[in-house]
Amino acid sequence: MTPVTLSSEHEALFERFSDGKVLGLARAISVVENERPGFQELLHTVMASGPQARRVGFTGPPGAGKSSLVAAVATEYRKLDEHLGVVAVDPTSPYSGGALLGDRIRMNDISMDPGIFIRSMATRGSLGGLAATTKEVVDLMDAFGFDRVLVETVGVGQTELEVTAAADTVVVVLVPESGDAIQAMKAGLMEIADVFVVNKADRPGAPRLVKELRQALHLRSGSALRDIPAHHGVDLGQVVKKERTTEAPAEAPEGWSVPVLTTNALTNDGVDTLLETIQEHRIWLDEAGELERRRRARAEIRIRDVVDREMRRIAWKSSDVRALLARGVDDIANGDGTPYSAAEVILEALMR
Amino acid sequence: MSDERKIRVLVAKPGLDGHDRGAKIIASAFRDAGFEVVYTGLHQTPEMIVNAAVQEDVDVVAMSVLSGAHMTLFPRVKSLLDEAGADHMLLTGGGIIPEDDVVELEQRGVGRLFGPGTSTLDAIAYVNEWFATTHAN
Repeated sequence: MTPVTLSSEHEALFERFSDGKVLGLARAISVVENERPGFQELLHTVMASGPQARRVGFTGPPGAGKSSLVAAVATEYRKLDEHLGVVAVDPTSPYSGGALLGDRIRMNDISMDPGIFIRSMATRGSLGGLAATTKEVVDLMDAFGFDRVLVETVGVGQTELEVTAAADTVVVVLVPESGDAIQAMKAGLMEIADVFVVNKADRPGAPRLVKELRQALHLRSGSALRDIPAHHGVDLGQVVKKERTTEAPAEAPEGWSVPVLTTNALTNDGVDTLLETIQEHRIWLDEAGELERRRRARAEIRIRDVVDREMRRIAWKSSDVRALLARGVDDIANGDGTPYSAAEVILEALMR
Repeated sequence: MSDERKIRVLVAKPGLDGHDRGAKIIASAFRDAGFEVVYTGLHQTPEMIVNAAVQEDVDVVAMSVLSGAHMTLFPRVKSLLDEAGADHMLLTGGGIIPEDDVVELEQRGVGRLFGPGTSTLDAIAYVNEWFATTHAN
């Protein structure tokens, strides 16, 4: 890469950032979030040291208690003297472009702790459960020197899975009201969870959801019938046992079997176990080489993101392209072309 | 999405009074006006408000004060903002605030304060105008 030079404004900002000034971090986040001129150079400068912080993502449907759980988890990490960054994402209205960012309401107990920095972000049209620049904001917090960064997504349904590109460990938070495990089995959330948490576990239906989730997880790993007697008295487990013994166990020794935990974020029940489990997952990530693999996968996504963004910017910034776009629209109106012929002309112009 | 920079506003409800209806109305109106509104809930201390304003790097801090403590709360938040290096933020707000006090607070660096019966459109217009004049470059 050509040597990067920061504008004098960003040079001063980088200095404040490097000195550990909270205002410097807050400003840098705004520069990145608003994609101000020079933000990529700033990120490049800041990220020189590579990822250090542990990154834990929290996702799940609206009202599952993600913010409260993040606050409870953050409180425990502070007892271990970790410094924490928290990014909480809430949705932007597609109608007004505005957003009401309310995650801090659940985090008031930790908000005055100088060891915790909380930032709210609006999705601004991004559909993956994060804002377009949330991954970059996590990088900023990492570079600022936090031991751990907690990322909370918007309330998600089944397809907003971008959190995997921001976190090493993904905690999927459900509540008894989330519906049965079939909802989780459909797609998506089941596949991205490193840890399942059934929050508000004091409510009716929690034990049932835990049981269903565990069964669904076993189905995925292909071992659901191993310990379950058939209901007409013939134990399938016994019948096929002989062949089974020669097979490798369904869970490879180096594999991670996704645990299903219960918590109550408001009373703190189960939060200590969640912390232990996140730690166990971290050890597994290290020992199985999975952390390296995930970081490489993330790096690829990040490179693609930056190239996509720059290509779009370069393409639509060019007045030639905009002229070709206008001509294409006219051609289509006059019956002389289709979107495909117009696009081909633009792409040819860009390739030259 | 437009390329315009979003205006970020912290809507804050300081002190012990629990009447947050005004704060919620203004937060919703600001959201509908296209602002990004950080709302932190009830019972915020001036320190909490300034801490949140700094971390969130907001442009505007809007406080709702109905308790009569406005002559303490507004100057306190203003001086904490200045101390934190956030003197570029607009401190504005609303509540039951007598006219004389409004004048005095404005002299002490607080922005416009809105009384009962204010149209949310006036508050939105005020923030938009302030932003346009301070960020014209």
